Amino acid sequence: MAPVTLRKLVKRYGALEVVHGIDLEVKDREFIALVGPSGCGKSTTLRMIAGLEDVSDGAIEIGGRKVNDLPPRARNISMVFQSYALYPHMTVAENMGFSLKIAGRKPDEIKVRVDEAAAILDLSHLLERRPSQLSGGQRQRVAMGRAIVRQPDVFLFDEPLSNLDAKLRTQVRTEIKKLHARMQATMIYVTHDQVEAMTLSDRIVIMRDGYIEQVGTPEEVFQRPATKFVAGFIGSPPMNMDEAIVDNGTLVFVSGMRLPIPPRFTNALRPGQKVTFGLRPDDIYPSGHGLHAGDPAAVHEVELPVSITEPLGNETLVFIQFNGRDWVSRMLNPRPLTSGEKVRMSFDLSRAHLFDIDTGKALEG
Amino acid sequence: MKLKKLSAPALLLLPAFVVLAAVIVLPLMFSFYSSFTPFRLTRPETLWVFVGLRNYMTVLGNAEFWIAFGRTVLLLTVALNAEMLLGLGLALLVNKATHGQRLLRTMMMFPMMFSPVLVGFQFKFLFNDNIGFVNNALQSLGLTDQAIPWLIDGNLALLSIIIAEVWSSTAVFAILILAGLLAMPKDPVEAAHVDGCTPWQTFRYVTWPYLMPFAFIAMTIRSLDVARAYDIVKIMTDGGPAKRTELLWTLVGRTAYADARMGLANAMAYVAILLSIVFTVYFFRKLAAARQQIGAEW
Ligand SMILES: Nc1ncnc2c1ncn2[C@@H]1O[C@H](COP(=O)(O)OP(=O)(O)OP(=O)(O)O)[C@@H](O)[C@H]1O
Ligand SMILES: [Mg+2]
Repeated sequence: MAPVTLRKLVKRYGALEVVHGIDLEVKDREFIALVGPSGCGKSTTLRMIAGLEDVSDGAIEIGGRKVNDLPPRARNISMVFQSYALYPHMTVAENMGFSLKIAGRKPDEIKVRVDEAAAILDLSHLLERRPSQLSGGQRQRVAMGRAIVRQPDVFLFDEPLSNLDAKLRTQVRTEIKKLHARMQATMIYVTHDQVEAMTLSDRIVIMRDGYIEQVGTPEEVFQRPATKFVAGFIGSPPMNMDEAIVDNGTLVFVSGMRLPIPPRFTNALRPGQKVTFGLRPDDIYPSGHGLHAGDPAAVHEVELPVSITEPLGNETLVFIQFNGRDWVSRMLNPRPLTSGEKVRMSFDLSRAHLFDIDTGKALEG
Repeated sequence: MKLKKLSAPALLLLPAFVVLAAVIVLPLMFSFYSSFTPFRLTRPETLWVFVGLRNYMTVLGNAEFWIAFGRTVLLLTVALNAEMLLGLGLALLVNKATHGQRLLRTMMMFPMMFSPVLVGFQFKFLFNDNIGFVNNALQSLGLTDQAIPWLIDGNLALLSIIIAEVWSSTAVFAILILAGLLAMPKDPVEAAHVDGCTPWQTFRYVTWPYLMPFAFIAMTIRSLDVARAYDIVKIMTDGGPAKRTELLWTLVGRTAYADARMGLANAMAYVAILLSIVFTVYFFRKLAAARQQIGAEW
């Protein structure tokens, strides 16, 4: 049983504070993804959990036990490093069995467990090689194997797939998912690839500048982003957003263009209020080419000029001119469109998001 | 007119070859030849008497030579090991320093800046039984009540020489090992911590294997050095007392210049060079193996 709890966790480097008192409860056997832009403190947080960085303030608990002052070896964790961090002078088998050897296990037992892990990761034929004789993807799997063999309470991953090519990345991603099902361990996974975060995790933690913006299941963070930042960060292509003022039952954009107030929010807004309006590309589409049928009452139609299109085969991203900017829309069953052509667009306002213009917090409707 | 047939490049290289031959190859051949003669500096005509392997037989049957040989190996072993341990410790400490590391690194190199002759004189003074600093300090601190005859007792004299050697050359190890530490990637060490290693185990299984090639480079350099250790010994004890600190090279020097038996001395020197070569080859092998171990790409 190894839930991981962070309480008001702070990290300072000298006078510079990079993690500002974050709270997080990771349940036993949960798969948590830590995402956020570069430099937001993901690695720092992970390394504090591992015990590789001192905690400046607050507490970390693993399995209900405060571990702030315990060295990494006393925390029963495994970590997979972005750079693999294999031991260059040991063979693959020695790398994988090292933690067991240190723990004083018998050679037979070590061999059994290494062979088992090697079979899972398809490394059996490489056991006698040294890391320098392996490809990047193979090294990655050895690093993973080293973590599994240990059978720790908590797995920590720091962007383990970032050095792999797209194909291998998908493949290893699936391996990790299977691994989690098999290992029954708590996993904390740092990435800045949102696809990894969405596909792998039970819950996603979105960090920004040393703060946690939102914690939620992939559906929650996608469908109900708590802040403007999360809305822009999760989803690809990102959500279309622009500022507007509430006026007379409509939202007025800077250019004077208007949209009806989304039905959810009719009672939540007061005249003159400034908001950020957001709508995902999936929820804007050339009429008749949408993803969802849409509640007819909430679908607003307007003619807009096309700037460019990006055909993706089964669908096309259509960039349309709205309020002086290019908004992205997703067109299913695409038909060819030309630049400048005026197209009737459907805005599914039942799925619109509004954010407070100052705090960036999502408005409840 | 043979010269005409030489191509331009060969012609241009010729002076370099001639100079090299005159400065290095000829003296080398000459000394090698003379090791087969009873050549004495005082009787030049003996240079032309060829005696075959007689000098070598004399050397190999000479107890004094073998004692010096053994003592040299002993000195080499003790000094190199001590230097490696101290150098390693020093490097680890300096590597830990968070402030002023640059200054420490520079200071660490000071001993290397002194000429060995100077080092010899300094230590000769330090270990002097009457006016030396060491005895003075020991007595002032009340650790001993009489003067220790550092350079007069045979065993102590060898020890004193080793101390001087170690003092002057530990820096070679320290610097090379520190270079290794600075170049070492941090991640495997962190991985070892996570894998459950204590600091000692981390050092033993991860850091040290990585540093080994650097230590062997230092070993190789130093084995060449100590095997020609001459200046410090010459100054401190000159092989005395009663030849108790006679090393190969002081013996060769004495045979060549004091006894004037140049031919015999050269024969000794060639046997001694073999010793150097053996040590160097040995450490080179170790270096190659250690490099391969860590998958070094240099
Ligand atoms: N040793 C250090 N000294 C000072 N500042 C540091 C140190 N290590 C990290 N930082 C700072 O802490 C912040 C968080 O760094 P961290 O490595 O956790 O980012 P990250 O979220 O993992 O980013 P990335 O996605 O690029 O890996 C950064 O602004 C970084 O500059
Ligand atoms: Mg990072």
